[in-house]
Amino acid sequence: MSKHHVTTTINGEPTEYLCEGQQTMLDVLRDELGLTGSKEGCSSGDCGACTIIVDGDIVCSCLMLGVEAEGRKITTIEGVAEGDKLHPVQQKFLEHAALQCGFCTPGFIVAAKALLDQNPNPTEEEARYWLAGNLCRCTGYDKILRAVMDAAEVMRAEARR
Amino acid sequence: MPRVNYEAPTSVDDAVKILAGASGLAKVMSGGTDLLVQLRSGRVKPDLIVDTKRIPGLIGIREEGDFFVVGAATPGVMLSGNEKLDHAWPGIVEGADLIGSTQIQGRASLAGNLCNASPAADSVPAVIAARAAVVVAGPNGTREVPAESIPTGPGRTSLAKGEFIVAFKIPKPKPHQCDAYLRFIPRTEMDIAVVGCGTNVTLDASGTCIDARVVLGAVAPTIVVVEDAAKALIGHKLDDATLAALDAAAQKACKPISDKRGTIEYRTKVAGVLARRTAAIAFERAAAR
Repeated sequence: MSKHHVTTTINGEPTEYLCEGQQTMLDVLRDELGLTGSKEGCSSGDCGACTIIVDGDIVCSCLMLGVEAEGRKITTIEGVAEGDKLHPVQQKFLEHAALQCGFCTPGFIVAAKALLDQNPNPTEEEARYWLAGNLCRCTGYDKILRAVMDAAEVMRAEARR
Repeated sequence: MPRVNYEAPTSVDDAVKILAGASGLAKVMSGGTDLLVQLRSGRVKPDLIVDTKRIPGLIGIREEGDFFVVGAATPGVMLSGNEKLDHAWPGIVEGADLIGSTQIQGRASLAGNLCNASPAADSVPAVIAARAAVVVAGPNGTREVPAESIPTGPGRTSLAKGEFIVAFKIPKPKPHQCDAYLRFIPRTEMDIAVVGCGTNVTLDASGTCIDARVVLGAVAPTIVVVEDAAKALIGHKLDDATLAALDAAAQKACKPISDKRGTIEYRTKVAGVLARRTAAIAFERAAAR
């Protein structure tokens, strides 16, 4: 059984790798490419810790095969900041202390970034539903929601400038 | 995970050839949100996964005459983002949109939900209530069958070796026709239906029902088309007597199991309640157009 040769774009970088048919995108990111920011929580699409953006939509990378990435554009948590400059969602997670153990945080930040890219002015209810596929067992979600709503405000102000 | 071969054909013919010629178990993949979970848990042990998403037309929604043609692997995010489909059949879009999280919506498809053949599949009741057909491709060419003929029991379908669903053909609504879907879960998001109900009604200008379909999920081994519930609606306006007859017919059609999500008695009662509520929403929507 031969490996598949995949050519794709990850965080803006043209990327090539070899993978087996059953390897998930999460396996490829973590084990083949060393991008260990995406976390394996449940491996069944329930927890959202492995969230990535594929051609603009968020998906659980544990529920996507690595070979499916051929020709796609993928963003992982490693591609959210611009160099040393944190994304507003990341900055606000720090300011609001929206994390404790941090395991769920990459998934939340990727999902929240995708939300604000599509909807710069979500209601809290919209943000809560959007993030319903990301589980956090530490914070009780309140600080996360405050960080996301605050980041949305910052991004709207930046867009007006 | 055990090793699995993967193919991503770029035509329907190639997909049929690969599926029909496969030795061992070949599984068709659209979004993969059920398949990859089953693969990891060991519930299915395929030798080959055939990804249909590279076949032209398998993703996307187009209009052909009196039909919406929805590619079998079209993800939920594209269904809820399609204003024409959402306006025509809000119940179908609501049902599909209830499946899983935003992340799942980025992948999960109508064909996957239908062929996974769970009686609790949220997108299926409203699709069946709209009398949707599925286009099945296979070694003997393509055939069109009603969507309800695909699932035959939990996890089982009527598809033969080499066959897979290419598209859903959903008729456009007639004047004063609309639908609704509701499911009951014990929380507000991210759960599997205890009971689901899709109702599709056509009214005349006076608001009397002239055609109806009521479809229940999670109350039997397959989705149930409740003929007697439709009969309770047809010829009537939505008054208390009609609602009572509808409730009774829906309850009578239930053959549920008791499990962690609900008892037989509870599911049966909720089926009646959801039939009434979806009928009320569908009547209101139909009357408004």
